[in-house]
Amino acid sequence: MNIVMILYYLITAYLVFILGWNFVREKKSVSNLILGLLVLAPLILRLLRVK
Amino acid sequence: MKNERMVKIVLGLVFAAFLLAGGLPLRKHRHYQMPVVAGPGVTRVFRLSEMVPSLKGSVADVDVFVLEGKEPGGKALIMGGTHANEPAGIITALLMIENAVVEKGTLYIIPVFNASAGRNTKPGDGYPLYFDIPTSWGAKRFRMGNRDASPLEQWPDPDVYIHYPDKQLLSYLDVRNTNRTWPGRPDGPLMERVTFAAMELMRKEKVSIAVDMHGAETMFPVTNCIVAPEKSAKIATIASMTVKAMEGFDNHVEPSPANFRGLSHREIGDYSDTWPFLLEAPIPFLDQPTGPKTPKLMLDGKDPFLLSLSRKKKLFVPYDENGWSMEKRAGQHTSVTLEIFRQYSKKYPESAIRLSGVPRYADIVKNGVGFYFHDPAKADLKFIYYE
Repeated sequence: MNIVMILYYLITAYLVFILGWNFVREKKSVSNLILGLLVLAPLILRLLRVK
Repeated sequence: MKNERMVKIVLGLVFAAFLLAGGLPLRKHRHYQMPVVAGPGVTRVFRLSEMVPSLKGSVADVDVFVLEGKEPGGKALIMGGTHANEPAGIITALLMIENAVVEKGTLYIIPVFNASAGRNTKPGDGYPLYFDIPTSWGAKRFRMGNRDASPLEQWPDPDVYIHYPDKQLLSYLDVRNTNRTWPGRPDGPLMERVTFAAMELMRKEKVSIAVDMHGAETMFPVTNCIVAPEKSAKIATIASMTVKAMEGFDNHVEPSPANFRGLSHREIGDYSDTWPFLLEAPIPFLDQPTGPKTPKLMLDGKDPFLLSLSRKKKLFVPYDENGWSMEKRAGQHTSVTLEIFRQYSKKYPESAIRLSGVPRYADIVKNGVGFYFHDPAKADLKFIYYE
Protein backbone atom coordinates (compact mmCIF):
# COMPACT_ATOMS: atom_id res chain seq x y z
CA MET A 1 0.00 0.00 0.00
CA ASN A 2 1.54 3.29 -1.04
CA ILE A 3 1.62 6.47 1.01
CA VAL A 4 -1.15 8.18 -0.98
CA MET A 5 -3.44 5.20 -0.42
CA ILE A 6 -2.69 5.28 3.31
CA LEU A 7 -3.51 9.01 3.40
CA TYR A 8 -6.81 8.35 1.62
CA TYR A 9 -7.69 5.73 4.22
CA LEU A 10 -6.89 8.20 6.99
CA ILE A 11 -9.15 10.81 5.32
CA THR A 12 -11.88 8.17 5.00
CA ALA A 13 -11.58 7.29 8.68
CA TYR A 14 -11.77 10.98 9.58
CA LEU A 15 -14.94 11.41 7.49
CA VAL A 16 -16.49 8.34 9.14
CA PHE A 17 -15.74 9.85 12.54
CA ILE A 18 -17.21 13.25 11.57
CA LEU A 19 -20.36 11.70 10.10
CA GLY A 20 -20.76 9.51 13.18
CA TRP A 21 -20.33 12.51 15.44
CA ASN A 22 -22.93 14.46 13.40
CA PHE A 23 -25.31 11.52 13.77
CA VAL A 24 -24.92 11.64 17.54
CA ARG A 25 -25.27 15.45 17.66
CA GLU A 26 -28.25 15.79 15.29
CA LYS A 27 -31.34 16.78 17.29
CA LYS A 28 -33.87 18.08 14.75
CA SER A 29 -33.98 16.37 11.38
CA VAL A 30 -34.59 12.68 10.70
CA SER A 31 -33.76 13.38 7.03
CA ASN A 32 -30.29 14.55 8.01
CA LEU A 33 -29.78 11.39 10.04
CA ILE A 34 -30.75 9.20 7.07
CA LEU A 35 -28.66 11.21 4.60
CA GLY A 36 -25.65 10.97 6.93
CA LEU A 37 -26.00 7.20 7.10
CA LEU A 38 -26.30 6.94 3.31
CA VAL A 39 -23.02 8.82 2.93
CA LEU A 40 -21.45 6.69 5.64
CA ALA A 41 -22.16 3.32 3.94
CA PRO A 42 -19.51 3.34 1.16
CA LEU A 43 -16.93 4.86 3.49
CA ILE A 44 -17.36 2.04 6.00
CA LEU A 45 -17.23 -0.58 3.23
CA ARG A 46 -13.96 0.95 2.01
CA LEU A 47 -12.46 1.16 5.50
CA LEU A 48 -13.28 -2.51 6.08
CA ARG A 49 -11.75 -3.27 2.67
CA VAL A 50 -14.95 -4.91 1.46
CA LYS A 51 -15.72 -2.72 -1.55
CA MET B 1 -37.44 15.39 16.89
CA LYS B 2 -39.49 13.35 19.34
CA ASN B 3 -38.04 10.19 20.85
CA GLU B 4 -34.62 11.14 19.49
CA ARG B 5 -32.87 8.24 21.13
CA MET B 6 -35.34 5.68 19.83
CA VAL B 7 -35.22 7.10 16.27
CA LYS B 8 -31.43 6.92 16.24
CA ILE B 9 -31.38 3.36 17.56
CA VAL B 10 -33.91 2.22 14.94
CA LEU B 11 -32.06 4.03 12.11
CA GLY B 12 -28.74 2.65 13.32
CA LEU B 13 -30.10 -0.89 13.37
CA VAL B 14 -31.63 -0.55 9.90
CA PHE B 15 -28.33 0.88 8.65
CA ALA B 16 -26.37 -2.00 10.18
CA ALA B 17 -28.78 -4.52 8.64
CA PHE B 18 -28.35 -2.98 5.18
CA LEU B 19 -24.58 -2.83 5.61
CA LEU B 20 -24.40 -6.47 6.63
CA ALA B 21 -26.83 -7.61 3.90
CA GLY B 22 -24.78 -5.81 1.25
CA GLY B 23 -21.31 -6.12 2.71
CA LEU B 24 -21.17 -9.76 3.77
CA PRO B 25 -21.81 -11.22 0.28
CA LEU B 26 -19.19 -8.83 -1.12
CA ARG B 27 -16.70 -9.86 1.54
CA LYS B 28 -17.40 -13.54 0.88
CA HIS B 29 -16.99 -12.94 -2.86
CA ARG B 30 -13.66 -11.23 -2.31
CA HIS B 31 -12.29 -14.06 -0.19
CA TYR B 32 -13.78 -16.94 -2.19
CA GLN B 33 -11.16 -19.48 -3.21
CA MET B 34 -11.73 -21.75 -6.15
CA PRO B 35 -9.94 -25.10 -6.00
CA VAL B 36 -7.96 -26.10 -9.07
CA VAL B 37 -6.79 -29.68 -9.49
CA ALA B 38 -3.36 -29.73 -11.10
CA GLY B 39 -3.46 -32.39 -13.78
CA PRO B 40 -0.90 -35.07 -14.74
CA GLY B 41 0.98 -32.61 -16.97
CA VAL B 42 1.76 -30.04 -14.27
CA THR B 43 5.40 -30.40 -13.27
CA ARG B 44 5.77 -27.38 -11.00
CA VAL B 45 3.98 -24.23 -9.85
CA PHE B 46 5.58 -20.94 -8.94
CA ARG B 47 4.39 -17.44 -8.12
CA LEU B 48 4.70 -14.39 -10.33
CA SER B 49 6.68 -12.69 -7.53
CA GLU B 50 9.65 -14.82 -8.59
CA MET B 51 9.90 -12.37 -11.48
CA VAL B 52 9.08 -9.19 -9.55
CA PRO B 53 9.66 -9.65 -5.78
CA SER B 54 7.56 -6.60 -4.86
CA LEU B 55 4.42 -8.57 -5.84
CA LYS B 56 4.99 -10.94 -2.91
CA GLY B 57 2.19 -10.86 -0.38
CA SER B 58 -0.18 -9.01 -2.68
CA VAL B 59 -3.33 -10.33 -4.37
CA ALA B 60 -1.52 -9.85 -7.67
CA ASP B 61 1.03 -12.56 -6.83
CA VAL B 62 -0.67 -15.30 -8.84
CA ASP B 63 0.23 -18.91 -9.60
CA VAL B 64 2.10 -19.86 -12.75
CA PHE B 65 1.53 -23.51 -13.65
CA VAL B 66 4.38 -25.11 -15.56
CA LEU B 67 3.84 -28.14 -17.81
CA GLU B 68 7.17 -29.49 -19.05
CA GLY B 69 7.51 -32.10 -21.74
CA LYS B 70 9.99 -34.99 -21.64
CA GLU B 71 11.49 -33.65 -24.83
CA PRO B 72 12.87 -30.08 -24.94
CA GLY B 73 11.20 -27.78 -27.44
CA GLY B 74 9.53 -24.41 -27.70
CA LYS B 75 7.95 -22.54 -24.81
CA ALA B 76 4.55 -20.89 -24.64
CA LEU B 77 2.79 -18.71 -22.11
CA ILE B 78 -1.01 -18.93 -21.87
CA MET B 79 -2.91 -16.27 -19.97
CA GLY B 80 -6.55 -16.29 -18.90
CA GLY B 81 -8.33 -13.74 -16.75
CA THR B 82 -6.55 -10.66 -18.04
CA HIS B 83 -10.09 -9.31 -17.96
CA ALA B 84 -11.93 -11.20 -15.24
CA ASN B 85 -15.34 -10.43 -16.76
CA GLU B 86 -14.37 -12.52 -19.81
CA PRO B 87 -14.14 -15.87 -18.03
CA ALA B 88 -13.86 -18.18 -21.07
CA GLY B 89 -10.11 -17.46 -20.92
CA ILE B 90 -9.92 -18.55 -17.27
CA ILE B 91 -11.95 -21.68 -18.00
CA THR B 92 -9.79 -22.58 -21.01
CA ALA B 93 -6.60 -22.12 -18.99
CA LEU B 94 -8.01 -24.34 -16.23
CA LEU B 95 -9.05 -27.00 -18.76
CA MET B 96 -5.44 -27.09 -19.90
CA ILE B 97 -4.00 -27.18 -16.37
CA GLU B 98 -6.30 -30.05 -15.41
CA ASN B 99 -5.95 -32.09 -18.63
CA ALA B 100 -2.96 -31.19 -20.77
CA VAL B 101 0.13 -33.35 -20.98
CA VAL B 102 3.06 -31.77 -22.78
CA GLU B 103 5.14 -34.14 -24.88
CA LYS B 104 7.60 -31.64 -26.32
CA GLY B 105 8.34 -28.14 -25.09
CA THR B 106 7.05 -26.23 -22.07
CA LEU B 107 3.79 -24.49 -21.24
CA TYR B 108 3.46 -21.73 -18.66
CA ILE B 109 -0.18 -21.16 -17.76
CA ILE B 110 -1.48 -18.25 -15.69
CA PRO B 111 -5.21 -18.95 -15.30
CA VAL B 112 -6.12 -15.76 -13.43
CA PHE B 113 -3.73 -13.11 -14.66
CA ASN B 114 -5.45 -10.16 -12.96
CA ALA B 115 -6.51 -11.69 -9.65
CA SER B 116 -7.51 -8.31 -8.25
CA ALA B 117 -9.99 -7.78 -11.12
CA GLY B 118 -11.43 -11.20 -10.26
CA ARG B 119 -12.29 -9.77 -6.84
CA ASN B 120 -13.88 -6.65 -8.29
CA THR B 121 -17.62 -6.44 -8.96
CA LYS B 122 -19.79 -4.36 -11.26
CA PRO B 123 -22.98 -3.60 -9.32
CA GLY B 124 -23.95 -0.78 -11.71
CA ASP B 125 -24.43 -3.34 -14.48
CA GLY B 126 -26.06 -5.86 -12.16
CA TYR B 127 -23.32 -8.46 -12.56
CA PRO B 128 -23.84 -11.66 -10.58
CA LEU B 129 -21.20 -12.45 -7.98
CA TYR B 130 -20.71 -16.05 -9.17
CA PHE B 131 -21.64 -18.47 -11.88
CA ASP B 132 -21.67 -22.26 -11.66
CA ILE B 133 -20.52 -24.76 -14.26
CA PRO B 134 -22.36 -28.08 -13.95
CA THR B 135 -20.16 -31.18 -13.71
CA SER B 136 -20.83 -34.85 -13.03
CA TRP B 137 -19.68 -34.36 -9.41
CA GLY B 138 -21.63 -31.13 -8.73
CA ALA B 139 -21.35 -27.47 -9.62
CA LYS B 140 -17.95 -25.86 -9.99
CA ARG B 141 -18.31 -22.29 -8.76
CA PHE B 142 -16.49 -19.42 -10.43
CA ARG B 143 -16.20 -15.92 -9.07
CA MET B 144 -17.46 -13.30 -11.51
CA GLY B 145 -15.01 -10.45 -11.76
CA ASN B 146 -14.68 -7.15 -13.56
CA ARG B 147 -12.46 -5.74 -16.30
CA ASP B 148 -10.19 -3.70 -14.04
CA ALA B 149 -8.31 -4.40 -10.83
CA SER B 150 -10.09 -3.52 -7.62
CA PRO B 151 -9.39 -0.07 -6.14
CA LEU B 152 -8.74 -1.96 -2.90
CA GLU B 153 -5.45 -3.10 -4.44
CA GLN B 154 -4.53 -0.09 -6.57
CA TRP B 155 -5.81 3.35 -5.74
CA PRO B 156 -6.19 6.29 -6.32
CA ASP B 157 -6.47 6.47 -10.10
CA PRO B 158 -4.75 9.28 -11.97
CA ASP B 159 -6.84 11.82 -13.96
CA VAL B 160 -5.30 10.37 -17.12
CA TYR B 161 -3.21 7.22 -17.37
CA ILE B 162 0.09 8.05 -19.05
CA HIS B 163 1.27 4.80 -20.54
CA TYR B 164 4.81 3.69 -19.77
CA PRO B 165 7.11 3.97 -21.70
CA ASP B 166 5.28 5.46 -24.70
CA LYS B 167 3.57 8.28 -22.79
CA GLN B 168 0.33 7.76 -24.72
CA LEU B 169 -2.64 9.22 -22.85
CA LEU B 170 -5.16 6.53 -21.94
CA SER B 171 -8.33 6.51 -19.86
CA TYR B 172 -7.74 6.88 -16.11
CA LEU B 173 -9.33 3.44 -15.63
CA ASP B 174 -6.70 1.78 -17.78
CA VAL B 175 -4.12 2.12 -15.03
CA ARG B 176 -5.95 -0.88 -13.49
CA ASN B 177 -6.45 -2.72 -16.79
CA THR B 178 -3.80 -5.40 -17.39
CA ASN B 179 -4.40 -5.16 -21.10
CA ARG B 180 -3.25 -1.54 -21.15
CA THR B 181 -0.30 -1.67 -18.75
CA TRP B 182 2.06 -3.75 -20.92
CA PRO B 183 5.08 -3.86 -20.95
CA GLY B 184 4.99 -2.48 -17.42
CA ARG B 185 7.84 -1.55 -15.09
CA PRO B 186 9.21 -3.06 -11.88
CA ASP B 187 8.45 -0.03 -9.72
CA GLY B 188 5.20 1.19 -11.31
CA PRO B 189 1.60 0.83 -10.12
CA LEU B 190 0.62 -2.73 -9.17
CA MET B 191 -0.86 -3.68 -12.55
CA GLU B 192 2.24 -2.43 -14.37
CA ARG B 193 4.29 -4.68 -12.09
CA VAL B 194 2.04 -7.64 -12.98
CA THR B 195 2.56 -7.17 -16.71
CA PHE B 196 6.26 -6.50 -16.16
CA ALA B 197 6.54 -9.80 -14.27
CA ALA B 198 4.98 -11.63 -17.22
CA MET B 199 7.40 -9.81 -19.57
CA GLU B 200 10.30 -10.92 -17.39
CA LEU B 201 9.03 -14.50 -17.48
CA MET B 202 8.93 -14.40 -21.27
CA ARG B 203 12.36 -12.76 -21.58
CA LYS B 204 14.12 -14.96 -19.00
CA GLU B 205 12.59 -18.24 -20.12
CA LYS B 206 12.86 -17.37 -23.82
CA VAL B 207 9.18 -17.98 -24.43
CA SER B 208 8.34 -18.27 -28.13
CA ILE B 209 4.56 -17.80 -28.06
CA ALA B 210 2.20 -15.87 -25.77
CA VAL B 211 -1.53 -16.46 -25.96
CA ASP B 212 -3.79 -14.00 -24.13
CA MET B 213 -7.42 -15.21 -24.07
CA HIS B 214 -10.29 -12.73 -24.01
CA GLY B 215 -13.94 -12.27 -24.89
CA ALA B 216 -15.55 -9.40 -26.78
CA GLU B 217 -19.06 -8.15 -27.40
CA THR B 218 -20.96 -9.40 -30.45
CA MET B 219 -21.52 -5.72 -31.36
CA PHE B 220 -17.77 -5.02 -31.32
CA PRO B 221 -15.91 -5.63 -34.59
CA VAL B 222 -12.82 -7.09 -32.93
CA THR B 223 -14.41 -10.37 -31.90
CA ASN B 224 -14.23 -13.97 -33.06
CA CYS B 225 -10.65 -13.36 -34.07
CA ILE B 226 -6.94 -13.52 -33.37
CA VAL B 227 -5.29 -10.12 -32.86
CA ALA B 228 -1.67 -10.32 -33.95
CA PRO B 229 1.17 -7.91 -34.69
CA GLU B 230 3.26 -8.15 -37.85
CA LYS B 231 5.64 -10.80 -36.45
CA SER B 232 2.81 -13.20 -35.50
CA ALA B 233 0.51 -12.43 -38.44
CA LYS B 234 1.52 -15.30 -40.69
CA ILE B 235 0.99 -18.00 -38.04
CA ALA B 236 -2.23 -16.31 -36.92
CA THR B 237 -3.59 -16.24 -40.47
CA ILE B 238 -2.85 -19.91 -41.15
CA ALA B 239 -4.23 -20.94 -37.75
CA SER B 240 -7.38 -18.88 -38.29
CA MET B 241 -7.98 -20.27 -41.78
CA THR B 242 -7.36 -23.83 -40.59
CA VAL B 243 -9.82 -23.76 -37.69
CA LYS B 244 -12.39 -22.09 -39.91
CA ALA B 245 -12.04 -24.79 -42.57
CA MET B 246 -11.53 -27.82 -40.35
CA GLU B 247 -13.55 -27.10 -37.21
CA GLY B 248 -16.48 -25.15 -38.56
CA PHE B 249 -16.42 -21.96 -36.53
CA ASP B 250 -15.83 -18.49 -37.82
CA ASN B 251 -12.54 -16.75 -37.12
CA HIS B 252 -10.43 -14.03 -38.66
CA VAL B 253 -7.23 -12.09 -37.99
CA GLU B 254 -7.13 -8.48 -36.84
CA PRO B 255 -3.84 -6.60 -37.13
CA SER B 256 -2.50 -5.19 -33.88
CA PRO B 257 -2.50 -1.40 -34.30
CA ALA B 258 1.02 -0.02 -33.86
CA ASN B 259 -0.21 3.28 -32.42
CA PHE B 260 -2.46 1.87 -29.69
CA ARG B 261 -0.18 1.19 -26.77
CA GLY B 262 -0.32 -0.97 -23.68
CA LEU B 263 -2.00 -4.03 -25.19
CA SER B 264 -0.48 -7.49 -24.87
CA HIS B 265 -0.62 -8.16 -28.63
CA ARG B 266 1.43 -5.02 -29.24
CA GLU B 267 3.88 -4.64 -26.36
CA ILE B 268 4.87 -8.31 -25.87
CA GLY B 269 6.03 -8.38 -29.47
CA ASP B 270 7.78 -5.02 -29.26
CA TYR B 271 9.57 -5.61 -25.96
CA SER B 272 10.56 -9.28 -26.22
CA ASP B 273 11.31 -11.97 -28.77
CA THR B 274 7.98 -13.64 -28.00
CA TRP B 275 5.23 -13.78 -30.64
CA PRO B 276 1.96 -12.59 -29.09
CA PHE B 277 -1.55 -13.71 -30.04
CA LEU B 278 -4.67 -12.28 -28.43
CA LEU B 279 -7.76 -14.44 -28.86
CA GLU B 280 -11.26 -12.95 -28.83
CA ALA B 281 -14.40 -15.08 -28.59
CA PRO B 282 -17.87 -13.50 -28.63
CA ILE B 283 -19.43 -13.04 -25.21
CA PRO B 284 -23.05 -11.80 -25.39
CA PHE B 285 -23.04 -11.14 -21.64
CA LEU B 286 -20.84 -8.07 -22.23
CA ASP B 287 -23.07 -6.49 -24.87
CA GLN B 288 -24.97 -3.46 -23.61
CA PRO B 289 -28.45 -4.06 -25.10
CA THR B 290 -29.23 -7.37 -23.41
CA GLY B 291 -31.67 -8.52 -20.77
CA PRO B 292 -30.55 -9.00 -17.15
CA LYS B 293 -26.90 -9.99 -16.65
CA THR B 294 -27.61 -13.39 -15.18
CA PRO B 295 -25.34 -16.44 -14.73
CA LYS B 296 -27.52 -18.13 -17.38
CA LEU B 297 -26.72 -15.41 -19.91
CA MET B 298 -23.04 -15.83 -19.04
CA LEU B 299 -23.22 -19.56 -19.71
CA ASP B 300 -25.59 -19.92 -22.67
CA GLY B 301 -25.22 -16.50 -24.28
CA LYS B 302 -28.87 -16.51 -25.36
CA ASP B 303 -30.54 -13.13 -25.45
CA PRO B 304 -33.71 -12.06 -27.30
CA PHE B 305 -32.54 -8.47 -27.79
CA LEU B 306 -29.30 -9.58 -29.44
CA LEU B 307 -31.29 -11.99 -31.56
CA SER B 308 -33.44 -9.10 -32.77
CA LEU B 309 -30.31 -7.05 -33.50
CA SER B 310 -28.80 -9.98 -35.35
CA ARG B 311 -31.84 -10.10 -37.65
CA LYS B 312 -31.23 -6.42 -38.36
CA LYS B 313 -27.59 -7.27 -39.16
CA LYS B 314 -26.23 -5.13 -36.33
CA LEU B 315 -23.87 -7.77 -34.92
CA PHE B 316 -20.39 -8.68 -36.06
CA VAL B 317 -20.87 -12.42 -35.52
CA PRO B 318 -23.47 -14.90 -36.73
CA TYR B 319 -26.02 -15.16 -33.92
CA ASP B 320 -29.18 -17.27 -33.70
CA GLU B 321 -31.49 -18.89 -31.14
CA ASN B 322 -28.62 -21.07 -29.92
CA GLY B 323 -26.79 -18.03 -28.50
CA TRP B 324 -23.07 -18.20 -27.95
CA SER B 325 -22.39 -20.61 -25.10
CA MET B 326 -19.42 -20.93 -22.79
CA GLU B 327 -18.72 -24.27 -24.52
CA LYS B 328 -18.34 -22.55 -27.88
CA ARG B 329 -16.15 -19.80 -26.43
CA ALA B 330 -13.83 -22.12 -24.50
CA GLY B 331 -13.77 -24.55 -27.44
CA GLN B 332 -12.74 -21.78 -29.81
CA HIS B 333 -9.93 -20.78 -27.45
CA THR B 334 -8.55 -24.32 -27.10
CA SER B 335 -8.77 -25.05 -30.83
CA VAL B 336 -7.19 -21.76 -31.89
CA THR B 337 -4.42 -22.11 -29.28
CA LEU B 338 -3.65 -25.70 -30.32
CA GLU B 339 -3.66 -24.65 -33.97
CA ILE B 340 -1.23 -21.80 -33.29
CA PHE B 341 1.10 -24.30 -31.58
CA ARG B 342 0.74 -26.73 -34.48
CA GLN B 343 1.48 -24.15 -37.13
CA TYR B 344 4.42 -22.77 -35.14
CA SER B 345 5.78 -26.30 -34.67
CA LYS B 346 5.53 -26.98 -38.39
CA LYS B 347 7.49 -23.82 -39.12
CA TYR B 348 10.10 -24.38 -36.38
CA PRO B 349 10.29 -28.15 -35.77
CA GLU B 350 13.34 -27.80 -33.47
CA SER B 351 11.31 -25.67 -31.05
CA ALA B 352 8.00 -27.44 -31.51
CA ILE B 353 5.34 -27.51 -28.79
CA ARG B 354 3.35 -30.74 -28.71
CA LEU B 355 0.69 -31.60 -26.18
CA SER B 356 -2.17 -34.03 -25.72
CA GLY B 357 -5.25 -34.29 -23.54
CA VAL B 358 -6.69 -30.87 -24.42
CA PRO B 359 -10.19 -31.09 -25.88
CA ARG B 360 -10.91 -29.16 -29.05
CA TYR B 361 -13.99 -27.15 -30.07
CA ALA B 362 -16.21 -30.06 -31.15
CA ASP B 363 -15.39 -32.10 -28.01
CA ILE B 364 -16.18 -29.24 -25.63
CA VAL B 365 -19.40 -28.29 -27.43
CA LYS B 366 -20.48 -31.94 -27.31
CA ASN B 367 -19.47 -32.75 -23.73
CA GLY B 368 -19.71 -29.38 -22.01
CA VAL B 369 -16.84 -27.66 -20.18
CA GLY B 370 -17.81 -29.26 -16.86
CA PHE B 371 -16.95 -32.67 -18.28
CA TYR B 372 -13.25 -31.77 -18.17
CA PHE B 373 -13.02 -30.50 -14.58
CA HIS B 374 -11.88 -32.87 -11.84
CA ASP B 375 -13.50 -33.22 -8.45
CA PRO B 376 -11.25 -31.52 -5.86
CA ALA B 377 -12.85 -33.65 -3.12
CA LYS B 378 -11.38 -36.78 -4.71
CA ALA B 379 -7.99 -35.31 -5.59
CA ASP B 380 -4.84 -35.61 -3.53
CA LEU B 381 -4.39 -32.39 -1.52
CA LYS B 382 -0.90 -31.85 -2.92
CA PHE B 383 -2.43 -31.35 -6.37
CA ILE B 384 -4.96 -28.74 -5.28
CA TYR B 385 -4.27 -25.04 -5.71
CA TYR B 386 -6.62 -22.21 -4.82
CA GLU B 387 -7.21 -19.39 -7.24
